[in-house]
Amino acid sequence: MTAVLYDIPGPRARARNRTLSVLGVTVVIAVVAFVLYRLAVTGQFDADKWNFITYVAIQYLLLDALVATLTAFALAAVLSLVVGALFAAARLSDHAWLRNPATVVVEFFRAIPVLVMIFFIYFGLPPAGINISTLWAVVIGLTLYNGSVLAEVFRAGVLSLPRGQSEAAYALGMRKTQVMTNVLLPQALRAMLPTIISQLVVVLKDSALGFLIGYPELLFATRTLGSQPQFDFPIIPVAIVVAIIYIAMCLLLSWLANTLEKRTRRSKRAAPMGAAADREPLPSLTGE
Amino acid sequence: MDVLLQNLDLFGVGFLGTIELFVVAGIGSLIGGGILAAMRVSPVPFLRAVGTGYVNVVRNTPLTLVLFFFAFAWNRLGIIQLPFFALACAGLIVYTSAFVCEVLRSGVNTVPVGQAEASRALGFTFALTLSQVIMPQAVRAVVPPLVSVEIALLKNTTIAAGFSVVEAGSIFPSLSERGYSVLVGGLWVALGFVILVVPLTLLQRSLENRWSVTR
Repeated sequence: MTAVLYDIPGPRARARNRTLSVLGVTVVIAVVAFVLYRLAVTGQFDADKWNFITYVAIQYLLLDALVATLTAFALAAVLSLVVGALFAAARLSDHAWLRNPATVVVEFFRAIPVLVMIFFIYFGLPPAGINISTLWAVVIGLTLYNGSVLAEVFRAGVLSLPRGQSEAAYALGMRKTQVMTNVLLPQALRAMLPTIISQLVVVLKDSALGFLIGYPELLFATRTLGSQPQFDFPIIPVAIVVAIIYIAMCLLLSWLANTLEKRTRRSKRAAPMGAAADREPLPSLTGE
Repeated sequence: MDVLLQNLDLFGVGFLGTIELFVVAGIGSLIGGGILAAMRVSPVPFLRAVGTGYVNVVRNTPLTLVLFFFAFAWNRLGIIQLPFFALACAGLIVYTSAFVCEVLRSGVNTVPVGQAEASRALGFTFALTLSQVIMPQAVRAVVPPLVSVEIALLKNTTIAAGFSVVEAGSIFPSLSERGYSVLVGGLWVALGFVILVVPLTLLQRSLENRWSVTR
């Protein structure tokens, strides 16, 4: 990979790399040590601050919060897959009256920040007479955005297949729906599985937005616990625990996506031939 | 239309805040991402490992959590007391740098190895190889995805509104307090974002068309 930039190091380059390594290690250790020192000095590692974790009620509170996060994630993930499939079908349709509105809707939802969508649903709909819980405001907001992104992923997957696939299927006398469900989709889904899972990581990460409208998920529990005087305001200790939970869950999903991608790349049969290289960049790589 | 005109101050201040956050965090993330990318392609194994570790952890952390840390925890550490705006910028830079780094790194990797080998065979030094041969080719592959990352940053700035930074996202609660229709106001906010995103998308398309080369 990086062999593009430099040769295999000789004696002088090795000596230079050693100096740089030592320098790098020093700087990184200094930064980490400084942060730990500040945490220790401000008493974040004191036993009082970590006392909260020994209370069963608080363990249940955190568990409930985790369940709330996972509920929002699961609902949003399933619904965005469904919405994505519907939008993708509409965008791939032969009828302009279906295709054009779908394109506008997908582009619109992709251009708008998820949080604006959630705020819109949560603050905007109740005055209009529709009462909506915080859970559904989060789920609907996430579904509309991620559904639109997944629609593009599905569409790109179907379009990346060689044209011979659908031509051969039509030649065999299959109907439009049959070509799609029996020939194109199975291949496209397999090729797009890593991208789809990466997008699910985005759904999981964005479920934390529920905190901002008061949905009782992990960050909300952190805020609640962190403002308890009897535990000496342990907001940093709780935040550390919650951060570990979030990062572990997301890393697990990302790892799954990577493993699947490696496997698809390895087996030649699964990878679509031809235009596969023209695929759109993975949306989840942009940090939304 | 009334909702927009009677709250023009709110919309003006809000979108100005969004643009300020976007510009500061955008420039900061380019610098941070550049440093991280340099670490990730460097010949020093330790720096590569640190860069990889940072990118993997940050890409799997919700931005809300990063901003949560900066909003509620930073000022308790007693390093430097910072206003919310600076903290929001810091959080956005920490988060977006990881994505910028990945774009830059994969851009360098799109240049075929033969290019560097040929230039070394011609006697180019490392600096010459990088500046005359690799970078001009890598930039073409980098710019379109880089614009995508910055568009994502623009949309992510709204999350700062949840942590008391005056920003387009904070128009919603304010409208709600003033008793105006959030439904109509929300549509104007959405339109504002479409107006901000469209020029960036057009820029991306035109750069992509001008620079696309077949290898």
